[in-house]
Amino acid sequence: MLLQIVASGLSSGSIYALVALALVITYKTTEVPNFAQGEMAMFSAFIAYVLIVDYNVGFVVAFGAAIVFAFLLGIGFEGLFLRRTKNPTHLNLIIMTLGFQLALFGLAGWRWGADQRQFPFPVSASEVVRFGSVTVSTLSLATISIALVLMAAVFAFFRFTKLGVAMQATQQDPMAARINGVPVRAVVALTFGISSVIGLVAALLTAPLITLDPTLMWDPLLKGFAGAVLGGMNTPVGAVLGGYLLGVVENLFGAYISVEFKSAVAFLIIVIVLWFRPAGLFGRQPARKV
Amino acid sequence: MTSRELDHYADVQLLPGKAAVIKLVVLLAVLAVLPFVVPGYRIFTLNYMAIFVIVGLGMSILVGDTGQVSLGHAGFMAIGAYTSVLAMTELGAPFLIALPLAALVSAFFGFLLGLPALRLDGPYLAIATLGFGLAVTLIIGHGSFFGGHMGLVVPDASLGPLPLSGDISHYFLIVGITVVLAIAARNLGVTRVGRAFRAIRDSPIAAETMGVDVAYYKTLSFTVSAAFAGIAGSLLSLMNGFISPGVFSFTLSLMFLAMVVFGGLGSITGAVLGSLVMGYVNLRMDAVQEIPILGPALQNFSDAFMSPSGLPNVGWVLTGLMIMLTIMFEPRGLYGVWLRVEDAVRGLRRRGTRDDTAAGAG
Repeated sequence: MLLQIVASGLSSGSIYALVALALVITYKTTEVPNFAQGEMAMFSAFIAYVLIVDYNVGFVVAFGAAIVFAFLLGIGFEGLFLRRTKNPTHLNLIIMTLGFQLALFGLAGWRWGADQRQFPFPVSASEVVRFGSVTVSTLSLATISIALVLMAAVFAFFRFTKLGVAMQATQQDPMAARINGVPVRAVVALTFGISSVIGLVAALLTAPLITLDPTLMWDPLLKGFAGAVLGGMNTPVGAVLGGYLLGVVENLFGAYISVEFKSAVAFLIIVIVLWFRPAGLFGRQPARKV
Repeated sequence: MTSRELDHYADVQLLPGKAAVIKLVVLLAVLAVLPFVVPGYRIFTLNYMAIFVIVGLGMSILVGDTGQVSLGHAGFMAIGAYTSVLAMTELGAPFLIALPLAALVSAFFGFLLGLPALRLDGPYLAIATLGFGLAVTLIIGHGSFFGGHMGLVVPDASLGPLPLSGDISHYFLIVGITVVLAIAARNLGVTRVGRAFRAIRDSPIAAETMGVDVAYYKTLSFTVSAAFAGIAGSLLSLMNGFISPGVFSFTLSLMFLAMVVFGGLGSITGAVLGSLVMGYVNLRMDAVQEIPILGPALQNFSDAFMSPSGLPNVGWVLTGLMIMLTIMFEPRGLYGVWLRVEDAVRGLRRRGTRDDTAAGAG
């Protein structure tokens, strides 16, 4: 029983971890939480949906096109809007991300309506695989493994490629990075592109679980934030662990305390963590410049 | 900045100068006559806009003055609305008690949520408020005490012997409260408290060094702002006659933020203007096609390229773009545009009279 609950917690936790990772890599670069993250992912997922359902394109091509779209959307958002903010205080940048979120939400609602659409996916949510006493749906299995592979790839990219190291340098100190020859502007844009793609993968894994509509990512976004806050907004690894932890805790809460209020766990965790350990479980409180 | 604004005593006066008195009297006269001039069905719209102004004033104190973001003010509004209705149905309290109670309970939750703000920066707080707003609708949506997703019917209210029914009686109550709160918010802005808020916005560390108790004022700002939203929620329940969790959605919270941004952060005038515009947009969003000229064009475009049923969403697109463009091109919002117009007019006049010093002192 307990193992079963943990297993399904890890499955939803994978999605939270992906969203948390997407949020944290741009947060580290700009010090601004990107509230448009969820809507960017939702919109890109709709692109895949339209290609598959309306144009009968194969999964591989459709998902590939959606990834390219998400990448360009991320770069475009940074280059056309965020970077051009006249007075880039935290407050103003947060408002920019919220404006973009609202605009994308409206655009998706306008174009596709509020109908709840069945999202076609190559892996079924109803077939199950048994591991001893634990049953896991093939979709959950796919979710867990895709998330693991993607996150491993992202961390390897950060650790082992020149570009990844340049990104980390930019996150730590843009000025020093620039002096050392890092093309900071391109790197920041690229970070948003990668973050947007990670968000899209989370959306593609969420949509077959529920249905596709413009509010698709509201819940995962909040959970992603909660996971990131829990693990530490400044540590990508911590944020990912926070996402998994949240998935498991939430599922335990749902199983033993209350299913109805399961979604409120995320908020509770945010408040408790911020109260007692604002830097998160795995993070260190950064010194702030005056 | 003119020299008058630097004078502390002129600053803290309730009504600085004759011009302000005249302006206020004219405004009150217009507001008093308005419901008898406009067609009856428009009074509902006016009430709705006034309620948005109340939330906008609170948001202006929190976002504009103190520089904190809230993505959960629809949650405070919901708490106000539900407190007010439940106080009337469960405790049999008259509306005159239910309304301040709504403000109090909202303020209390604002205080609780503001507490972690003691040690937090904007980004974290924004995330916490996002969670708060969603948690409130979740809880009232599932609790049978709160009527669940079906919502609650608001009982008939009265103000002492006066029955509060019909749009006109609501109008005088709502607009009256709005005017009082606007004056209160304006005065809060020019006193010690308001200056402390702005000092925190500009630099929390500098403010602390100057002896401003940052934790206290941040929490205070949250509390006051939540109280405003609570009052607005109570009044909204009164004018609608019915409340349900769906009314207080996350997008409504975004709308509240959008209206102070669009109106102009840090200015009461701007907050009022922005709230009026956004309140109107929000209410009329379902009837976009009825707008003259633009409406049919949008309808055609929608039929051709978008989904016909999704047309109301154009309001969200518009709101989102509006706040992005505001931040990008005129961070002071509508109020900033107004200042520019005023400057331009003054410049023209100056050129006409060639009396630079006199114009400059005005």
